[in-house]
Amino acid sequence: MSKNETVILDQAGINRAVTRIAHEILERNKGTAELVLVGIRSGGDHLAAQLQKRIADIEGEKVPLGVVDITMYRDDLGSRGNLPLGKTEIPFNLDGKRLILVDDVLFTGRTIRAAMDAMMDLGRPRNIQLAVLIDRGHRELPIRPDYIGRNVPTALEEQIHVEFDAAHLPVEVRLVKP
Amino acid sequence: MVFRHKDIIALRDLNKEDIELLLSTAENMREINNRDIKKVPTLRGRTIINLFYEASTRTRTSFEIAAKRLSADTVNISPSTSSATKGETLADTALNLLAMKPDIIVMRHAVSGSHYYLARKISCSIVNAGDGAHEHPSQGLLDMLTMKDRFGRLDGLKVAIVGDITHSRVARSNIQGLTKLGSHVYLAGPPTMMPPGVERLGNVTVCGTMKEAIEDADVVMMLRIQQERQGKTLMPNAREYARYFGLNQENIKFAKPDAMVMHPGPINRGVEMSSYVVDGPQAHILKQVENGVAVRMAMLYHVCGGGSME
Repeated sequence: MSKNETVILDQAGINRAVTRIAHEILERNKGTAELVLVGIRSGGDHLAAQLQKRIADIEGEKVPLGVVDITMYRDDLGSRGNLPLGKTEIPFNLDGKRLILVDDVLFTGRTIRAAMDAMMDLGRPRNIQLAVLIDRGHRELPIRPDYIGRNVPTALEEQIHVEFDAAHLPVEVRLVKP
Repeated sequence: MVFRHKDIIALRDLNKEDIELLLSTAENMREINNRDIKKVPTLRGRTIINLFYEASTRTRTSFEIAAKRLSADTVNISPSTSSATKGETLADTALNLLAMKPDIIVMRHAVSGSHYYLARKISCSIVNAGDGAHEHPSQGLLDMLTMKDRFGRLDGLKVAIVGDITHSRVARSNIQGLTKLGSHVYLAGPPTMMPPGVERLGNVTVCGTMKEAIEDADVVMMLRIQQERQGKTLMPNAREYARYFGLNQENIKFAKPDAMVMHPGPINRGVEMSSYVVDGPQAHILKQVENGVAVRMAMLYHVCGGGSME
C-alpha cells in the first residue's frame, strides 16, 4: 500500500456493516415478504450476494438476487469512450416487489439514477430502497440512501476503492488521496 | 478495453480485442431483446441513416430494429426513392445527408471500397452493411457470435465455407474475423469461384473437393449462389452445382455429428442446400438472424463512443 492510501474499513468492519444493514432491511420491511435484492455491477452485485447470505442467516429465507449493468442507461455516453457492456440478470418479476438496490460506493448519484431507470423499464416495483456500503457525499442529484455502511467525508479528487478477493468477498475499503 | 474506431468498414481493420469486445457486448445486448419492453435509452437523440444502394430485407430491417432498440432515430433511404436515380453521385448524396447532421450512416453499396471513399469525405461514423465483394462485417460478427454460443469458443474450430468465395463478402468477413480469433477456415467451391491467393489471408486452406473441406468440420457455412453478381460463364447450371457443392443429407455426414450448419440467407433451396438440411436439426440459420440484431446494436453502440476518443 502506498503512503497516500488509508484503510477505512477492514474485512471485519465490512462484515459488521453488512450484518447491520441486513437487520435494518428486515426491520424496515418487516421480514422478507416481496423483498428482492438487485446489485449494481460491478461491486454492488458482490455486496448484494453478501446481503442475501446474511438475510438468510437471520431469517432463514433466501431472497431473490439480481444484477443490473447500467452501461446502457449512462448519461455520459461517448464522453469517455464506450465501456464494455456487462450482463443484466433479473430472473424474477419486479412488479409489486420491495426492491433493495445495492451499490458499493455512493458518489454523485448518477449511477443510482441510471439503475432506477433500468428497473422501471423491467417492471413496476412497489418501492425502491437504496443500500450502500460507503456514502462519500458530493451528490449531483437528489438521491439519498436508506441503508449506509459508513459515511466517509471525502474531497472530490480523492477516490474510494472497495476491494474484493477472488471469491468476490469484500476485503477492505481504502481511501486514496491524489 | 475501449473501442477506438469511428467507423466499422471491415473486420480486416479490427484487431482480436476489438472483435472480442463487439462479441461480448452483443452477448449482453441479447437480454434487452428478450424483455417485454425492448428498448433502452442509450442512443437517445442520435440519428442513424440507413442508406441502401442494394436490395436487402434482413440486414436493413435488422439494423433498423437495432437502432430503435437503442432509442436512436432512423431514416431509411433506398435508391429507388433517392436522388441517385436522378444522377447524383455518392459523394454528393452523402454530403447532403451530412448537412442534416446524422451521427451514423449505415450503408450498403455494390462497389467494393465505397465506404473507405466516403469515410475520407464525411465526418460522421460509417458502418458497412455490405460493399460489393469486399466485406460484410455485421454478418461476419453475427456468424461468429452464433458459433461462439454453440461451442463456447472460436479458438481451434474447423470452419468450412463452401460456395462462391470470389463474390462473397460474407466469406471475406468471416475469414478475417475467424482467423484472428484462432479458427481454421477451409474453403471449397468451383475453381472459377475461388479467388487466387486467398490462403494469404491467414489460417486458410483451399480444398479441392467439398468433402475435403467439410470432413470433421465443426461448422459448415454454405454461401448463396449470387446470380446477380455473375455471368453465365462461372457455373454450368444450378443442378450441376448442387451435385458438387450442395449440402445434402448424404454429404453432411462427413462433418462432425454435432456440426452446425449456417447460411447467410437468402437460401436457394435445392441449389446450395437441400431442404433436408435447411429444416434439419443442425441448421442454425434463424439463430443467426436473431443474433444479427444484438450484433448490430453492439456495433452502433461502440461507434457512437469510439469517435470521441480520437
